[in-house]
Amino acid sequence: MTAELSHFSVLVALLLAGAASIVPLVGASMRWTPWMRFAAPAAILQFALVAIAFGGLTHAFVTSDFSVRLVADNSHSMKPMLYKVTGVWGNHEGSMLLWVLILVSYGALVARFGNNLPLAFKARVLSVQSMISTAFLAFLVFTSNPFARTALPPIDGNDLNPLLQDPGLAFHPPFLYVGYVGLSLTFSFAVAALIEGRVDAAWARWVRPWTLVAWTSLTIGIAMGSWWAYYELGWGGWWFWDPVENASFIPWLVATALLHSAVVVEKRDALKSWTVLLAILAFAFSLTGTFIVRSGVLTSVHAFANDPQRGVFILAIFAAATGGSLLLYAMRARGLGTDSVFAVASREAGLVVNNLLLSVAAFVVLFGTLWPLVAEFVWGKKLSVGAPFFDLAFTPFFVLLAVVLPVAAALPWKRGSVGRSLYMFRGVLALAFAAGVLAWSLQSGGRMLAPFGAMLATWLVFGAGWEVLARLRRRRRGFRATVAGLRSLPRGDWGKALAHAGLGIAIFGISAITAWEQEDIRAMSPGGQYSLSGYDFRLLNVNAVAGANYSSDMGTVLASRNGQPVAVLHPERRIYFVQGMQTTEAAIDVGLTRDLYVVLGDRQDDGEWVVRTYVKPFASWIWLGAAVMAFGGIVSLSDRRYRLGIANRRRARQVTGVEAG
Amino acid sequence: MPAGTRKRRRIQLICAAVVLLALATVMIGYAAREGIAYFRSPSEVVGLPDLGEREVFRLGGLVESGSLVKEGRVVRFRVTDGSHSLPVAYTGILPDLFREGQGVVATGRLVSGEFIATEILAKHDENYMPKEVIEILKEEGLFKPTN
Repeated sequence: MTAELSHFSVLVALLLAGAASIVPLVGASMRWTPWMRFAAPAAILQFALVAIAFGGLTHAFVTSDFSVRLVADNSHSMKPMLYKVTGVWGNHEGSMLLWVLILVSYGALVARFGNNLPLAFKARVLSVQSMISTAFLAFLVFTSNPFARTALPPIDGNDLNPLLQDPGLAFHPPFLYVGYVGLSLTFSFAVAALIEGRVDAAWARWVRPWTLVAWTSLTIGIAMGSWWAYYELGWGGWWFWDPVENASFIPWLVATALLHSAVVVEKRDALKSWTVLLAILAFAFSLTGTFIVRSGVLTSVHAFANDPQRGVFILAIFAAATGGSLLLYAMRARGLGTDSVFAVASREAGLVVNNLLLSVAAFVVLFGTLWPLVAEFVWGKKLSVGAPFFDLAFTPFFVLLAVVLPVAAALPWKRGSVGRSLYMFRGVLALAFAAGVLAWSLQSGGRMLAPFGAMLATWLVFGAGWEVLARLRRRRRGFRATVAGLRSLPRGDWGKALAHAGLGIAIFGISAITAWEQEDIRAMSPGGQYSLSGYDFRLLNVNAVAGANYSSDMGTVLASRNGQPVAVLHPERRIYFVQGMQTTEAAIDVGLTRDLYVVLGDRQDDGEWVVRTYVKPFASWIWLGAAVMAFGGIVSLSDRRYRLGIANRRRARQVTGVEAG
Repeated sequence: MPAGTRKRRRIQLICAAVVLLALATVMIGYAAREGIAYFRSPSEVVGLPDLGEREVFRLGGLVESGSLVKEGRVVRFRVTDGSHSLPVAYTGILPDLFREGQGVVATGRLVSGEFIATEILAKHDENYMPKEVIEILKEEGLFKPTN
């Protein structure tokens, strides 16, 4: 019964979303208050209906109801409970339902907590949001029904792909979707603003927190995906420039740009039409990402089972959303002029540079991702664009971004002086050079990659810290006063400093692992030993071990340094019973200054085992940096100015002003 | 005066954007020489006698049954498309889904008749066959849908 009830809820939600896409929009333009008031309850009801459907599907998975085809295909009664639950979104149909659930949650949140929005604007935002949910609910119902029954329920299920039975991947999609789908809300805000023909500081103040939510989740989601690839695939890499990875990275780049340009709209009332365009593009790229992942047009390391028909449907949604909004943009953007001016050396200009660099970087990634498609359609040539392309073409823009970041971020609004700001950072600059020289001497010459990375990282981390301190010291002096000042600093500024420092930490991790990684591969018998990068490794034994739903050959490797044991590692080769699938489980000893990474390979005919070992310096800094960035986003979100009252008051003043005039 | 400044600012902005895009185009063109790898079947490789030893490309086809030899850390096997086959050498641990008779995509270079692979691709999905491999097999009339 639950499957049918869930299916029915989704159908009702589809009809409701259809109605909610039209009624409030008409109401807003005709000034019919009851029609506008329809938007909020409709949004909340959509959420309730989809939540019932999602609950129903989760129930089917948890109780192993194999009469539902999706459960039979993707679950198994022997599977641990955690993966029964996360298995709900470990497949195409279920993950689409999660997508839609998050989509309607955003609508419901605006409906419930957006009391400070003017009625007509709120109605328009929710209408646009409902249009998107209509499209995706239709996609779910017509191409990807998760609730279909099978005529002959099997006795047990087909199990979830073992590689997906992992906490990292289990929680990676929800974060990623909260990010992807969060951009739908900024899109709705942008389209609603275009319909009204007005973008102002208040608009930016509404849009920014939602962009922040999306950006923060996207950051966490991407980092988790990369972490999963690092330890679960056992290839030793952490980022493959794979189409599916790029599909999440491009929206991240655009969302980062949007986050920064919205600041200019909020504070200086400039860059308005550009910001609206970015809001549209950010969602367009997250739709492109969805299309790439679901349609299988690009060969990717990780993707769902593909279906061209679904691809066409998503392409149609993409064309309608992007085409429609860009048309509206072309018609209305000219009205979004500005009265504010700024000098070449100013915070505004710095943020423009940030936007240009991020956009160009996003363009490079987009080009590399889509080029194989273009080449095949136009010349009929099959080719792939690999990591060397992205490393070469993408990196320079990000390096440039990091170089200008601390100074640009410290420039005053309207008019400043690069020289003066640079002078303020003279200590940090010297420290950065020292760090570079230190790194260079530590590796005793050689490639400049790691020293340069260390320099940039120091520049960013200490630059962010110094900016905070310098701002306080301009006003007061003395330790006590500084501490008091630190506490009174707005959360938004803390968020900014944290996010920028996080970028620095990640840059250091990336350059260190790229430049200093050491690798060893050999075939050996238990008892054999070898050394790599100052560590001695000894393969003690390889034993057969039984897991909950797999059996495994587990190696025991003792790592020691200067005769002192450092870590015992257990790399595994597992066979999952149900799908008969073999997986490689790398053993990683995570450390602040290095990761030891051991992979157990094939057993040879003569009884030896292939063992692959990496020493990866500062690997964890990559994810530490991402975590600090995401934390910065969260801290920013808690800033007082986003709490309802302030925006409300200012808006109220504006509204009365308009009505009086 | 502010209107004039705004106009000037806009022109500067457009110039900066154009310069950056031009720079991006140059970078893309430059990086494309290193980063773009053609996808070839064994028959296509045999049809290109003057293939340089430095060119990195991707070789796709089926792992020939009975061809897999493990020599310590080096693995050798042959990739076939039915008409022709090529020897492949790979140093490392094969992906979990690597099987004889299954589809494979290898990235590497052709050195004196042997394909030296630096990466062997397999996918998470058990039923997975790379799209390009399916097309090669269809051309050679060898494709049998699994289910």
